[in-house]
Amino acid sequence: MGIWSCLGTSLEEVKESLYNGKSGIGIEQERLTYGYQSALTGIVPKPMLKGLIDRHLRRGLSEEAEYALMASSQAFKQAGIDDEYLLNNEVGCIFGNDSSAKPVIEAAKIMDEKHDTELLGQSFIFQAMNSTVNMNLSTIFHLKGVNFTLSAACASGSHSIGLAYMFIKNGLQDMVLCGGAQETNYYSMASFDALGAFSKNMDDPTKASRPFDRDRDGLVPGGGAAALVLEDYDHAVARGAEILAEIVGYGFSSNGTSGISQPSDEGCARAMMRAMEDAGVKPSDVDYINAHATSTRQGDMYEAMAIDKLFRGEHALISSTKSMTGHECWMAGASEMVYSIIMMLNDFVAPNINLENRDEHTEHLNLTSKTVDTKVDIILSNSFGFGGTNSALVARKMK
Amino acid sequence: MNRTELEEKVKNFLIEDLEIDEEKIFPDAKLKEDMGIDSLDFVDIVVIVEKNFGFKIKPEEMVGVDTYAKFCDYIETKVN
Repeated sequence: MGIWSCLGTSLEEVKESLYNGKSGIGIEQERLTYGYQSALTGIVPKPMLKGLIDRHLRRGLSEEAEYALMASSQAFKQAGIDDEYLLNNEVGCIFGNDSSAKPVIEAAKIMDEKHDTELLGQSFIFQAMNSTVNMNLSTIFHLKGVNFTLSAACASGSHSIGLAYMFIKNGLQDMVLCGGAQETNYYSMASFDALGAFSKNMDDPTKASRPFDRDRDGLVPGGGAAALVLEDYDHAVARGAEILAEIVGYGFSSNGTSGISQPSDEGCARAMMRAMEDAGVKPSDVDYINAHATSTRQGDMYEAMAIDKLFRGEHALISSTKSMTGHECWMAGASEMVYSIIMMLNDFVAPNINLENRDEHTEHLNLTSKTVDTKVDIILSNSFGFGGTNSALVARKMK
Repeated sequence: MNRTELEEKVKNFLIEDLEIDEEKIFPDAKLKEDMGIDSLDFVDIVVIVEKNFGFKIKPEEMVGVDTYAKFCDYIETKVN
């Protein structure tokens, strides 16, 4: 697996950040000039691709596709997959992505000024489509298997792993590159900022994202990319691959309610139950829950109610890594699986930082605001999105 | 704009914008075979030339323009 996020650009860097409860959130002043209510964002380094890959391969890459390329390169390397393997075998690609605002807006600006499509150049079309990540990764890595993008709002990354898992479980693919990518440019989040959903605690950026805390005032947008190489177990063993963890359960649901941004405890719980049932585990088997909790009052509350319903009295530790990363949106479901597997591999649970005064719905939740050194064998990771889409994944440590 | 200035400008955008190695740019260099310019690059070249020289390339006028020298000749004709 591979990661490019505000917590670091390698698994090792991200492990350190998670263990030390280090926030990756900061200020992008341009957002205020542009007209945002909040300048808070996850600060994600831009990859330097010039000189690394040929311009012909680079020209169609959107910002989020660049992040995805970096994360996927790490993931293939860690999985022991080289160019020769990719040229001679069938590998699929299902990536989560749900916007590509910058090239859309920049192309529209040129059209408004010039009124001539011949003056747009060739790259906008390959950068502007939601499938920008898939189309670029599949051509750069010469992938020959299943190839499509999954758009499911803030659950996109999680569903992409779930679907890749299903393709492999059903014997349709031996190996699938999956994950999630999220642009961080200021064009991309203006319409989300419009909802007044973002924290305005700009005096103290690292304290701004406070899932489950009484004094939260909204979420902080973030981004980057996370990639996982999912592979059939026997295939991986036969190849002598380093197996990090086993995906054993995928649960999905739709809230079935009428509010487009309205969460549902019942919908969340159904996704979690379905994932555990698929994995053949009980709530008492789960050691860690990576909560979706974004630091909004409504979202945190409904998830807290759902977790309480299923896990009250159980030992599973709970934290929202969004307290450190902000809400990585389309990428979040994938990055949070990477974060959880890092914890599993290194015997710790990362803290829900900024949890100073729990809200009234978390009384019975086993939340941790401090890093806990402990064995983690089974994790559950939640992701929920606009329109009532829910996804939950269960992963198990390799014995 | 004299020929030397024009060639300098063309060479610069080929190196900077299209990342073509300087040693691959010589009068008889074939745009496709030697310099590696493909059909999508030509879409960008229309934009770059418009920015640098103030006119829009017409595809029908590019027929037979297959080397660096001929490309500079074409631009020279349009600019002057």
